[in-house]
Amino acid sequence: MSGHSTYQPQHPFMKWMERRLPIAGLVYSSFIAYPTPRNLNYWWTFGGILTVMLAAQIITGVVLAMHYTPHVDFAFNSIEGIMRDVNYGRLLRYLHSNGASMFFIAVYVHIARGMYYGSYKEPREVLWILGVIIYLLMMATGFMGYVLPWGQMSYWGAVVITNLFSAFPGVGEAIVTWLWGGFAVGNPTLNRFFSLHYLLPFVIAGVVVLHVWALHVVGQNNPTGVEPKTDKDTVAFTPYATVKDAFFLICFFLLYGWFVFYIPNYLGHADNYIPANPAVTPAHIVPEWYYLPFYAILRAIPDKLMGVLALGGSILILAFLPWLDTSKVRSARYRPLYRQFFWIFIATVVGLGYLGSKPPEGGYVIAARILTIYYFAHFLIVLPLLGLFEKTKPLPNSISESVLKDGEPIGASAPAKG
Amino acid sequence: MKMQKLALAIVLAVGFALPAQAAGETEHPPRVKWSFAGPFGLYDRAQLQRGFKVYREVCQACHSLSLLSFRNLAEPGGPGFTEAQARVIAEEYRVQDGPNDAGEMFERPGRLADRFPKPFPNDNAARAANGGALPPDMSVIAKARTYERGFPWFLFDIVTQFQEQGPDYIVALMNGYEDPPQGFQLPPGSHYNKYFPGHAIGMPKPLSDGQVTYDDGAPQTVDQYAKDVTAFLMWAAEPHMEARKRIGFQVMIFLLVFAGLMYFTKKKVWADVHAHP
Repeated sequence: MSGHSTYQPQHPFMKWMERRLPIAGLVYSSFIAYPTPRNLNYWWTFGGILTVMLAAQIITGVVLAMHYTPHVDFAFNSIEGIMRDVNYGRLLRYLHSNGASMFFIAVYVHIARGMYYGSYKEPREVLWILGVIIYLLMMATGFMGYVLPWGQMSYWGAVVITNLFSAFPGVGEAIVTWLWGGFAVGNPTLNRFFSLHYLLPFVIAGVVVLHVWALHVVGQNNPTGVEPKTDKDTVAFTPYATVKDAFFLICFFLLYGWFVFYIPNYLGHADNYIPANPAVTPAHIVPEWYYLPFYAILRAIPDKLMGVLALGGSILILAFLPWLDTSKVRSARYRPLYRQFFWIFIATVVGLGYLGSKPPEGGYVIAARILTIYYFAHFLIVLPLLGLFEKTKPLPNSISESVLKDGEPIGASAPAKG
Repeated sequence: MKMQKLALAIVLAVGFALPAQAAGETEHPPRVKWSFAGPFGLYDRAQLQRGFKVYREVCQACHSLSLLSFRNLAEPGGPGFTEAQARVIAEEYRVQDGPNDAGEMFERPGRLADRFPKPFPNDNAARAANGGALPPDMSVIAKARTYERGFPWFLFDIVTQFQEQGPDYIVALMNGYEDPPQGFQLPPGSHYNKYFPGHAIGMPKPLSDGQVTYDDGAPQTVDQYAKDVTAFLMWAAEPHMEARKRIGFQVMIFLLVFAGLMYFTKKKVWADVHAHP
């Protein structure tokens, strides 16, 4: 994992600076010379996309906060004021609300890629756990952001989710009252959700720094799951990874733009254009789409406390993935059985997501129960056993060997710029 | 791969087929052809003006439009009234202002900057005048109503950009008044509507043929009134839709060209890696 080059300041000022605060050298070694496996595919561009989406959400969010009023009597109309009277406010608001969904699309792809190629395995456990923490923070941030417009789904979503804590015996009611800042979801709740919704993205940014730091210590995984051995296995981050990331980021923006400009309310719920009304319960209370699989797990279990524990467990179990998966081979490319179970798992999560959007009755509940059991079985039974019994395919000796299929002689090392 | 497909089929069957037994569907509103649908959709100015007339002569008696100002009527992308016309419309309304120097509230003719005044002083007054039912504010109602599209249609809607469930529902509701079927227990003071969830709606049939006079030759039927007022309400809910779609097209073209350039840049940069391993 030797680098391709080191930073050599040329300009007298940069030399002066480098001896005092080597920030240029840090940027150079982290984002220019940083060796990145030469065989990364486009699934690896989502880390960069996520960084851009976090920045986009923070920028649009800070401007929106300048026009938003966190008060139960004014919140709904202040959002409509943004939509009608703030210059390009409608664009900012749709960028922000759809940006949250794009953020989650990207994070789900990013997580699934990590699962498929075994990116959580030794020595990347801490990197993976930091990712799970970011994901948890994202869920909290997204949930509180959805409450801010103070529509019917905002209000009732807040009621349902905060009430989950009342399931804990003894202390439950006290926790809920403390969360609400009162005896019902009301103005103090909205105020603190706004405060935290503004704070948490910066906490996420902090954990992202740790995530990137950990990444740069252990290096990126790659589709073979074989660690780079020589400089022939890697290319410099700039220009190779940057140009590839940039190309796919623009493609991702096409999807983002499609939603923002043409179907901006598709991912939202119509009921959230009705101002919050504590006296009228919507026919179906549905969270945002990115929580639906977990909402389905929650409702699949008849006991409230067990449901809440299953909901929490379904996310926390991800943090233990590095130890639940017992296989020594990282990439699903060389694990024929795991590859099939991976896609079954993806289908299970999508199925749970669909069931989460449906009323909890009849066949929907039975289906949700079957899929919930399988969700946990994947982590607790399939993955531990698979590592013991699966016959894996032979691994290539190196990344460059797997790339050069026709076995042409490997001459000069990969050209590194700089 | 065989096992993979089989397992996928089982999961899909569990996820989608089992629940199908549970679904009890109500009739979906029929699709209406809207001028504002699709990536290049624009509001029909004449239709918005007719719809505004229907709102003023019928709906306004009970339904507020509190997020709209008179100036909006003359803004681009809307019904296309001139500023002078919008001012005349505003002056036809009495708006409460004050308190004045004597500390009293007073009424004056509306101005462009005023919001549409509400028909009732408060929600309780509105309920009292309408048999206990609160007529909802209509400012964003076209986005606040929908119906379930169901699998797989909701996936196709991403591609076809179909998002007019709200307007379709409102038109269907206006046309959906009929006699209750045999054995249907209609609560007193409510009316049977085919498309209203639960079918018992507080609002009596609001429109009838010939009720509003059009001077542009459009048919004076309930169906036409319903479509016109719904188009007007869609504009009220999304007054900048035309600008959004116009900018969107420019952005998409820019991104497509940008993506193309980045693709060839990427190919060029990586060419030496592929050529000299």
